[in-house]
Amino acid sequence: MGQVVLKGINKFYDSVHAVKDVNLQIRDKEFVVFVGPSGCGKTTTLRMIAGLEAISSGDISIDGSVVNGLAPMDRDIAMVFQNYALYPHMSVYDNMAFGLKMRKFTRPEIDRRVRDAADILGIGELLKRKPRQLSGGQRQRVALGRAIVRHPRVFLFDEPLSNLDAKLRVQMRVELKKLHLRLGTTAIYVTHDQVEAMTLGDRVVVMKDGVVQQVGEPLELYNRPANKFVAGFIGSPTMNFATVTVTEANGSLIAENAGLRIRLPDGTARRLRGHIGHKVTLGVRPEDLTVAGAADPDHPCFDAVIEVVEQLGSEILLDMKVGQDVMVASVEPTVRVNVRDKLRLAMRPSSLHVFDVKTEEAI
Amino acid sequence: MIEGAIWRKWAFFYLPMALFLLFLLFPFYWMVITSVRPDGELYRPWNSVNYNPFWTWNPTWDHVRYLFEETLFAAWLWNTMFIALVSTAISLVCGVFAGYALSRLNFPFAGSLGTGIFITYLVPQTLLFIPLAEIIRNYRLGDTPWSLILTYPTFLIPFCTWLMMGYFKAVPKELEECARIDGASRWQAMLYIVIPVAIPGILSAGIFAFTLSWNEFIYALVFLSSPEQKTVPVGVTSELIRGDVFFWGPLMAGALLGSIPVAIAYSFFVEHYVAGLTGSVKG
Ligand SMILES: Nc1ncnc2c1ncn2[C@@H]1O[C@H](COP(=O)(O)OP(=O)(O)OP(=O)(O)O)[C@@H](O)[C@H]1O
Ligand SMILES: [Mg+2]
Repeated sequence: MGQVVLKGINKFYDSVHAVKDVNLQIRDKEFVVFVGPSGCGKTTTLRMIAGLEAISSGDISIDGSVVNGLAPMDRDIAMVFQNYALYPHMSVYDNMAFGLKMRKFTRPEIDRRVRDAADILGIGELLKRKPRQLSGGQRQRVALGRAIVRHPRVFLFDEPLSNLDAKLRVQMRVELKKLHLRLGTTAIYVTHDQVEAMTLGDRVVVMKDGVVQQVGEPLELYNRPANKFVAGFIGSPTMNFATVTVTEANGSLIAENAGLRIRLPDGTARRLRGHIGHKVTLGVRPEDLTVAGAADPDHPCFDAVIEVVEQLGSEILLDMKVGQDVMVASVEPTVRVNVRDKLRLAMRPSSLHVFDVKTEEAI
Repeated sequence: MIEGAIWRKWAFFYLPMALFLLFLLFPFYWMVITSVRPDGELYRPWNSVNYNPFWTWNPTWDHVRYLFEETLFAAWLWNTMFIALVSTAISLVCGVFAGYALSRLNFPFAGSLGTGIFITYLVPQTLLFIPLAEIIRNYRLGDTPWSLILTYPTFLIPFCTWLMMGYFKAVPKELEECARIDGASRWQAMLYIVIPVAIPGILSAGIFAFTLSWNEFIYALVFLSSPEQKTVPVGVTSELIRGDVFFWGPLMAGALLGSIPVAIAYSFFVEHYVAGLTGSVKG
């Protein structure tokens, strides 16, 4: 079992309100990812769950019992740190066995568990080495091994992959996912990388300035962001935003600003009935823009001037100027365009997002 | 290293290095040579025919023999060793715990307390020995090794604490946190993780503390009076300089023999732990 419930969690560091009223229910066997920009309180939240940081107010419970006052050792959790925190004076074997020794497991049991974990992670050959004789990826595995030998109720990960190079990070990400499928232990994972969050998480918690912005499955966040911040944070390249005024003409709604004038598709128009004459923020993802053609006459279209062309092989990123706004489109690699070309682009109608200008909440 | 022509290497590296070594090692050379030179040569006037202060053709063990047979040098050695070892041990234990507490336990005023402790180290001993002498007298510890074993920590503990604070701060706090999640109590985390990782720091603090107490002069001079209680620095200077008569041979032999244990301690530990001294904590 490994059910974690956060109820009204707050954390103050003197005058800094680092974590603000976080409520979250994490189910058994779930992989939950906390994601957000630097300094948003992810690590602090994780450390409060681990018991390394006192909770200013609120309750954390694991499997139904409140653990606020419990020492880290009594919470039956395991944590993997960003810098691995391997014990430098102990061999890999002893690093992995330390937690079991502290908990007074018998020697044969310790040996069996360490070797099992080493097999799972493919570090059987390294057991006699010291941490300084290992590569970054190997250290990462040892740190994981040290967490899994104990069969804890919950795994906590604090940016475990951020010290690895890009290629290794992708590889370890897949392995982490496999490991979770195999062990089925509840995992709480902190990262600032939205790709990691999207690929690893059963559910993703987006945080900003200590406040939870949205909790949801990865695609839910991608398709229905709750506010402008989530919309901009999830997805790469980031979503394009333009502030427009909503007006009515011939029974349909028009969104326009200095360089943009589009007829809003029905679904969006229905939501914006109450905003006629007001400003809203329009959002569209680069991958939802296409070069306009005859195929889709009812798509909202607009003109843009190409400023930079970025060839990525599988796609082309176009940095464009649309009136006063700068937008990015990700188009088919077969499109032939040059800098300073004028291009007509179409938006996929269902992919339009609109946000309140003031509250930035999705409308 | 210095790039370019060979003469540059000589001019900017070997020559300054040689001068530096000469400057540094000459006193030791002088000490060694004086301690094996017969008295006849030592006290020969400088304008005599075969005056040669830098070398001797008739080395002798007389001074060393004199030291062990006519003076209490063996007792002084033993006293110094005993006092230095015990006071170092006391200071190291206190310093390690205090340094750990000051750098790791977040209690109010930890920072200013640390600075305060260091400031006590800066108070000159030439002032402190006056009140300390009063205390030693009241506890009737004068003229016993305990007068030094208990007073040396007054400067050794601040020194060790300060050194260990710095060292413990360099040990990543995640190591300890990880141990505590792994099931260790705060005490066990310190014992099994933090202290083993800090061993190089503890050793260097120990070496420095040992050297400081081995060479200490003022307290030893003030608190010890009978010849058989004295330490090497005090014994040698008080028993081998009578008025304005310097027994140069035994004096230098005593200085030489007195510095050998410290030299051994240094070379042994530096050899084995120099990697540790330059910090290899990040595993
Ligand atoms: N020990 C501390 N004392 C005071 N303020 C702190 C302390 N630890 C964190 N903070 C503050 O709390 C806020 C949240 O910090 P936290 O470490 O949780 O951020 P994070 O989301 O993990 O960021 P990152 O991605 O950079 O690791 C920050 O504003 C930080 O300055
Ligand atoms: Mg962090």
